[in-house]
Amino acid sequence: MQVTFTHHQSAHCENGVASNLLKNSGLNISEPMVFGIGSGLFFVYLPFLKVNHAPAISYRTLPGHIFNKVANRLNLKIKRQKFSSVANANKALEENLKNNIPTGLQVGVYHLSYFPDEYRFHFNAHNLVVYGKTETDYLISDPVMETVTTLTHEEMDKVRFAKGAFAPRGQMYYPIQIPSTVDLKSAIIKGIKNTCRDMLAPMPIVGVRGIKMVSRQIRKWPKKHGVRKANHYLAQMVRMQEEIGTGGGGFRFIYAAFLQEASVVLGNEELKNLSKEMTQIGDSWRDFAVEASRIYKNRSAKEDAYNAIADELLDIANREEIFFKKLKKAIS
Amino acid sequence: MEKENVPQHDGNLSKKNLKELVYATDENGNYTTALSTGWEPKAIALSNAIDNIKERAEEAKQKVLNGEVSPICYFMELNKMDLGILAGYVEMWKWRVKRHFKPSVFAKLNDKTLQKYADAFDISIAELKNSITK
Repeated sequence: MQVTFTHHQSAHCENGVASNLLKNSGLNISEPMVFGIGSGLFFVYLPFLKVNHAPAISYRTLPGHIFNKVANRLNLKIKRQKFSSVANANKALEENLKNNIPTGLQVGVYHLSYFPDEYRFHFNAHNLVVYGKTETDYLISDPVMETVTTLTHEEMDKVRFAKGAFAPRGQMYYPIQIPSTVDLKSAIIKGIKNTCRDMLAPMPIVGVRGIKMVSRQIRKWPKKHGVRKANHYLAQMVRMQEEIGTGGGGFRFIYAAFLQEASVVLGNEELKNLSKEMTQIGDSWRDFAVEASRIYKNRSAKEDAYNAIADELLDIANREEIFFKKLKKAIS
Repeated sequence: MEKENVPQHDGNLSKKNLKELVYATDENGNYTTALSTGWEPKAIALSNAIDNIKERAEEAKQKVLNGEVSPICYFMELNKMDLGILAGYVEMWKWRVKRHFKPSVFAKLNDKTLQKYADAFDISIAELKNSITK
C-alpha cells in the first residue's frame, strides 16, 4: 500500500509536514510561508517546568498551532484525531492509506530508530508523514531527513503512543478540503500581526520580555545553582535553541526567508529590509550560542562570563523589540 | 547567515549520515537553503546533555548498591526518563512511582507491577531485579 507523495526536506518538522502535505494536495506553499502565516516564531520561558532537569524555554508555539493557524488563515480544513487505543489508531491510519491520503503524525522521538541514538530524547512534539505500508514497515517522510525512511509496525506503535509531556496519543492529521484559490495576502498580514503581538506581549515570561527575563536569570545562575547546574542549564538552553527544532537562530532565518517572500507577495519593499535585519538578529542568536558553548565546554562558571552572555542576550532582546515594532508598522 | 558560512562541522556523534537543512542567504542576499553536517556549539551542548545523563545514571547505580534506592531509579536515569515520563509509561501516579524507589517497597512489588516497569525499560523482570547487583 503506497500513496504518491513527494518528500521535501525542511528545517523544522511541523512546518515541513504542513508544507509537504499541502504541496501534495496541490497548494504550493513553502516552508517559510507556513512558518510565517502560522505565526510559529515565539518565545516563552517556563522556569517552573523542567525539561531534562533544566527550566523549559520554548522558541515556538505549541505543537499543532502552526498548521492550525495556517489552515484557519487560508480557509483549509484539516482533520485531527487522537486515539486511546493502539488498535483504533492503526485502523484509522490504514484506512487513510487505503484512501490514498498521506497522513501527518505527531510522534515521540525516543523510539525513532532512524535517528542517531544521541538525538533520541523523550521529546513528543515531532512530526512526520506516513505515505505507505508494507508487510513489515511503514513508509515515512520525516521532513528533517534528507530522504524518505521507514519504521517497523512495532516502532510505529511506540512513537505514536510515547508518554510524557505532549504525549501524542496516536494523533494524526491531514487536509480534507483545500479551496482552489487562497487569499495569501490577508493570511500573511494576519500571521505577521499575530507574531508581533506575541513577541511584544506585556507578559514577563513571553516574547521579548521573556528573553529579557532569561537574560536576568542567567546572571544569577552560577551563584544560585553552582557551576555544574548553571552550565547544565545553559547547555540545555542552547540545545532547545539550536537542536530541538532550530529555535533561536534557525527560526530567525526561516522568518527572514518568509519576510522576503512576503515582500514580493504584498509588494512591500520595507519587508525586504526587515528580512535583512532579521537575518542579522539570527546571526546574533548564533553568536550567543557560540559564546555559551565556550562556557559549558570548559565547565567553568565565571560570573563575568555569565554576565557577558546575559548582556549579549539582552542586546538581542532590545533589537527584537525594535524590530517587531517596525514590522507591526510596516504592515499596518 | 550567508550560505558560505553554513557550518560543516563534525556534528554527528554516531556514524549515521545526517545532514540538516538550513536557510541561508546567497551572494545577492536572497534566501535559499543549504545542507549542514553539524555545528560545534550544538554538538558540545548535546554531548554535555549525554554526559549529564551518564553521570546521573552512575550516581543512581551507586545509590542502588548502597541500598538507598531501588533499581527502578537507575533504569529511569539510564533510559533518559524523569519521574513524569516514567509515570506516564507505567500508567501510575508520580507519587506511587516515587514510593517504588524505596528498596523496601520495591522488594514487595508483585510481578504485575514489576512487569510494567520492565516493559517501560525494555528489559525482563529478572534484569530489573538483579542486573545491577550481579
